[in-house]
Amino acid sequence: MMETIRRISGVNPRKCMKCGKCTASCPAYDEMEFHPHQFVDMVETGRIEELMQSKGIYTCLSCFACVERCPRSVEPAKLIEAVRLAVLRQQNENHLTANDIAEKLDPELPQQAITSAFRKYRK
Amino acid sequence: MQRIGVFVCWCGSNIAATVDVEKVSQVLAQEPGVVFSTNYQYMCSQAGQEMIQESIHKYQLTGVVICSCSPRMHEATFRKTCEKAGLNAHMVEIANIREQCSWIHKDMATGTEKAVILGRAAIAKVHLNAPLTAGQSPVKKRALVIGGGIAGIQTALDIADAGFDVDIVEKQPTIGGKMTQIDKTFPTLDCAACILTPKMVDAAQHEKIHIYSYAEVEKVKGFVGNFQVTIKKKARYVDETKCTGCGLCTEKCPQKKVPNAFNLGLDNRRAIYIPFAQAVPKIATIDADYCTMLKSGKCGVCSKVCTAGAIDYKQTDTYIEEEYGAIVVATGFNPIKLDKYDEFAYSQSPDVVTSLEFERLMNAAGPTGGTLLRPSDGAHPHTIVFVQCVGSRCDDEKGKPYCSKICCMYTAKHAMLCREKYPDTDVYVFYIDVRTPGKNFDEFYRRAVEEYGVHYIKGMVGKVVPQDGKLKVQASDLLGGSQLHIEADMVVLAAAIEPDETARPLATMLTASMDTNDFFTEAHPKLRPVESPTAGIFLSGACQGPKDIPETVAQASAAAAKVIGLLCKDSLTCNPCTAQPDELMCNGCSSCEKVCPYGAITYADKEFRGPNRTTLLRRVAQVNPAVCQGCGACTVACPSGAMDLKGFSNQQIMAEVDAICR
Repeated sequence: MMETIRRISGVNPRKCMKCGKCTASCPAYDEMEFHPHQFVDMVETGRIEELMQSKGIYTCLSCFACVERCPRSVEPAKLIEAVRLAVLRQQNENHLTANDIAEKLDPELPQQAITSAFRKYRK
Repeated sequence: MQRIGVFVCWCGSNIAATVDVEKVSQVLAQEPGVVFSTNYQYMCSQAGQEMIQESIHKYQLTGVVICSCSPRMHEATFRKTCEKAGLNAHMVEIANIREQCSWIHKDMATGTEKAVILGRAAIAKVHLNAPLTAGQSPVKKRALVIGGGIAGIQTALDIADAGFDVDIVEKQPTIGGKMTQIDKTFPTLDCAACILTPKMVDAAQHEKIHIYSYAEVEKVKGFVGNFQVTIKKKARYVDETKCTGCGLCTEKCPQKKVPNAFNLGLDNRRAIYIPFAQAVPKIATIDADYCTMLKSGKCGVCSKVCTAGAIDYKQTDTYIEEEYGAIVVATGFNPIKLDKYDEFAYSQSPDVVTSLEFERLMNAAGPTGGTLLRPSDGAHPHTIVFVQCVGSRCDDEKGKPYCSKICCMYTAKHAMLCREKYPDTDVYVFYIDVRTPGKNFDEFYRRAVEEYGVHYIKGMVGKVVPQDGKLKVQASDLLGGSQLHIEADMVVLAAAIEPDETARPLATMLTASMDTNDFFTEAHPKLRPVESPTAGIFLSGACQGPKDIPETVAQASAAAAKVIGLLCKDSLTCNPCTAQPDELMCNGCSSCEKVCPYGAITYADKEFRGPNRTTLLRRVAQVNPAVCQGCGACTVACPSGAMDLKGFSNQQIMAEVDAICR
């Protein structure tokens, strides 16, 4: 599993020097039980299952501040995206089907949010 | 026919683990001309060397092939061994079966096969080797030190104390370098100026030392023992022989809005200036970029107030030519520019400063007279956040991949001094690792934490946002497991250090090698740390790598010792492997003359015998063997193949290639 995450993300978590600049930059810190530097550590030590169960991976805003600021070019956000993908692939289905969209449509809702709901929405 | 002996070294298990040394010596024994072949555990040991010498006598060897480590490691050793046994040093060839073979191959069969091939090539070359005798070249007993910081000063003082003349070339108007800008020095907290300025004065007053301030090295020619250097003395528009350093001009100059480089632009100075009170030499300099007189011809106030009549607006750059036996590079370092680090708001708020700027703000001779005040409003800061590793240990294009080494200690010093002078301040230090190897260094850092109550937090600052006159700092506390939000009055960034920007062009001039970070490379990282691989060039201080003051001074003295060792000699043994033109083949095209980096090749008209008892006058290349360094550039440039390098002739190289391809 660890290898899968590394392959999907293209990230080498061993490059991390545990400075915590990603976590210091993260605007969604308070919404997560695991924080960016922990994501990296958990992938490296193989705690992937825990990460996949975590709600925090969906509260990540994908703002890429951690990617931008990381001095070692570890790119934690890519790892988080890879874990989300792993969750999807594992279940072999999306949480939202295209047919469900019509009834959930809200004129106030930006289209981007609908697109991201394909991968983030959870009952 | 040569009588060749082959000696295969095991290098313990370094070679023997991947190369079947027994087989190599057996196979090579079958080569034509080989009369003796053996292998031994450590060929470079006393016993190994004696074995070679005995074999030379016993088998009347005329050539020796040693299959061992790189010739850079032990060629000189084995040449000496054979010379003692009566063989010419250039009848010895090394086949590198360690670096080029055992270390890079994993498979025994492949390693052995390659070792045999390399051995064959060396044997083929020895067949064509001829004894060479080295000439002598004189040593100019004068040293040049480039850079007048603490490294350059210490090196110059040590060389001068040994009785040799030394010139210091410093690009700034004063010597002293970065140390003049520092307030206190770790770990003893003695004042930097108090320990540095006496040394500056010593250097200036030493009869053997000449200081070229406000000068740069323009051109370097020659080689070890005989460098010809052109030094450019930049126009300072002040006659150095007349100026008394009274400083009256620097008070009367009407151009007051010049950023003061000595205080890193934290305050202003005049267009004519003396960098600081203890400057050496204490001579005023006109900043041509700001002087109204030089720009528009209207002013002349400094000239009017100068009682010594030292001001000379018509001064121009002058060039000095001097000969040196040795050159020491001491070009030092600079903090990196932080304009790529927007997250720390360095360019947005004047209250975000670099550590070197912070030194000036704490310094009694600095812009605030030693009282720590915020640059934005001059208020006393109550919360100060220090951020370490800004630009150090980065693998992106913004920063540097290395640890800058000095930041942990100076940050501990800054934090400690803040708490000592202003106990009402809250001081935070964000660190990734605290690295304090060094005598009394870790004790110093612990004192900052335990006695002075500095908050050391494992984590990094993510962003700094200037808001309502405060700096909102968002950071991580990895050990506490929280994200911190601190309202700070000042943020101090420990910027990475990089080599001075003059280092790269200088390295080109000196043909001295550098690493990818523009630090000068040493001849050997452990065993020859103060010499450049280029003979006669020595390294002192931070130009070789990040260093603190004690280390810099130690290295400066080490470099001086090496220079003294060189200047003590009356002459140097030349490299006998010099270029040699075949005059009958030379067509006089000058290609070789153009590529020669040492100016060793000249052309002369020479008479040759033509057909039918006529004489022909032809222009042919001539090599000065005392100047030629045997680089071989001419041999490849020559279109007619007339140029050969003794000991590395085209014929010898081709014989090696043939042996490899056999």
